[in-house]
Amino acid sequence: MLDTTLPRPGFVARFFRSLRLPLNDPFAVAGLAIYAIFILTAIFADAIAPYDPTEILYTPNYDLAADLRPGEDGFILGTTSLGRDIFSQIVYGTRSALLIGLTAAFMVALIGSIVGLVSGYFGGWVDALLMRLADVAFGIPFLPFVIVLAAFLEPSIWNVVIAMALVLWRDTGRVIRSQVLTLRSRSYVDAARVSGSSDFKIILRHIAPNILPLSFLYGSIAIGWAILTEASISFLGFGDPQSISWGYMLQDAFASQALAKQAYYWFVPPGVCIILVVSAGFFITRGYENLLFPKLGR
Amino acid sequence: MRLAVSKPPKPLVSVKDAQLHYRVGSAFSAMRGHSSVVKAVDGVTFEIQKGESVGLLGESGCGKTSMGRLLLKLEEATGGEIEFAGDALSGLKGPALKRYRAKAQLIFQNPFEAVNPRFTIRATLAEPLENAGIPAAEREGRIIEALELVRLPQPQQYLDRYPHQLSGGQLQRVVMARALILQPDFVVADEPVSMLDVSVRAGVLNVFRDVRDRLNLTAIYISHDLALVRYVCERTIVMYLGRIMEDGPTEDIVHEPLHPYTKALVAAVPVPHPDQSHDPLPIGRGAPDPRNPPSGCVFRDRCPLAFDRCAKEAPALRPAGSRKVACHLF
Repeated sequence: MLDTTLPRPGFVARFFRSLRLPLNDPFAVAGLAIYAIFILTAIFADAIAPYDPTEILYTPNYDLAADLRPGEDGFILGTTSLGRDIFSQIVYGTRSALLIGLTAAFMVALIGSIVGLVSGYFGGWVDALLMRLADVAFGIPFLPFVIVLAAFLEPSIWNVVIAMALVLWRDTGRVIRSQVLTLRSRSYVDAARVSGSSDFKIILRHIAPNILPLSFLYGSIAIGWAILTEASISFLGFGDPQSISWGYMLQDAFASQALAKQAYYWFVPPGVCIILVVSAGFFITRGYENLLFPKLGR
Repeated sequence: MRLAVSKPPKPLVSVKDAQLHYRVGSAFSAMRGHSSVVKAVDGVTFEIQKGESVGLLGESGCGKTSMGRLLLKLEEATGGEIEFAGDALSGLKGPALKRYRAKAQLIFQNPFEAVNPRFTIRATLAEPLENAGIPAAEREGRIIEALELVRLPQPQQYLDRYPHQLSGGQLQRVVMARALILQPDFVVADEPVSMLDVSVRAGVLNVFRDVRDRLNLTAIYISHDLALVRYVCERTIVMYLGRIMEDGPTEDIVHEPLHPYTKALVAAVPVPHPDQSHDPLPIGRGAPDPRNPPSGCVFRDRCPLAFDRCAKEAPALRPAGSRKVACHLF
């Protein structure tokens, strides 16, 4: 036996290893890189954005800085009709997009995993009840449901998160349940029962670690969905007017007839950002899929 | 005048008319009356005395593994009564069930499936100790002790390995060590060597026999292989389609099988000895569909000696000399 003691990897290194990031798939690496850039932007938004995104700005001649083209008077991406800095809005929009995406993904993965584990492990009437609830969730049209919810509650970006959590756990729950059904019949689960382990302990120690990659997969799908949904809701005018998001920017541009003014600098950047983040999410999902189902062999 | 009959010792395990019936088909087909019931275990009755080792013999699908799962409360009986040391298993819950878990253990058929691939050997063996409330400081010693008991040499070197780094024979010893680590009274061994190479079978079997004698274990050895059962057990129960066909001392059953099915089983074992009586009994190729077993005696459609009564009436398990047989011929 070799007697070389390897240096014990630090906590951060171990955490990243446990995530099992799909680093051998070029698409996934591109996705991760895009995410890294957006996450850094969101964290350091205060330092990067030159202005407050809702502040109404003036030119040095004390005119309203409205509808300025990119580069005019030092505004990187120009200004809106109300004299707000578009670049600052993009930067702060990253923050709300990621906040919504990550919290919604977390909720979806968490609820879906718990439902799947409980339903698959215990079976019987618990399973029947939860799966009929999932059927109901499958029957709810998603976007109209969010709009109704937003109409009843105060407009806020959290409506989207709540709506996602209430509806989108269904896919995660179903898939994880089926995985648990096969894991439950493995004989090491019987062995744990004969050893006297409680159901809770068996789920936590023997079953949950095996479905974690699936939770990640469905979580990363949910990030894209959440950002798209928030953008749609804001574009339709049900968003929170207080917080700047990319969807809100598109709605603002649409309402101010930016297209007629040929103000591409106004609505193209938020659109590109939405496309980038959502497709980056799907690239990462692809990488996870390769890890989870290597037999698909693309 | 009353005879001074010494009271027979209380059996450790007592099974009365145990049943395990599975409903096959959906709730919809049940409403339309199309559902069928598979009787994995159907009216099995036997007792096991303390220290006895009993072989449960039968072909695949005869319900021997289901019977083992019932005995360990991995499956809930749909009928009948199973008692362990006088306590009905069906009523065990909470702390009482936990105490039972420490006393009755299972050795699995496939050692590669029976241990969690993500757990080291140490973690695998620590789990029952943890559940039994053994303090962490004592666990290491108990683990080493258990591995030495199953004759795994230099046990320390295995503790931090993962299951895939061990051979089948080594892993089956680990599975045995896990079953024995809490010093149980009763062990069910479900074909413990059928997944192993022939070359390591003898070693594992000898360890099993040795440990059983040393700890005075009460054991059930489930197998389809009469030769293995004969090697390990003094008593044998032969099962067919969820019922007991014959129950008696292994040597009697091997040398003079009574039930036609047992005869066929014995005849199927290749014997390298010219003097052994060896008259093969022609029985049909496969067992019938368990959803639709024959009426009366379940073995009658394959039995060369079946007569009218077999179709009308299911034979009860009756004493015949040193053993019990379920056949109208006896």
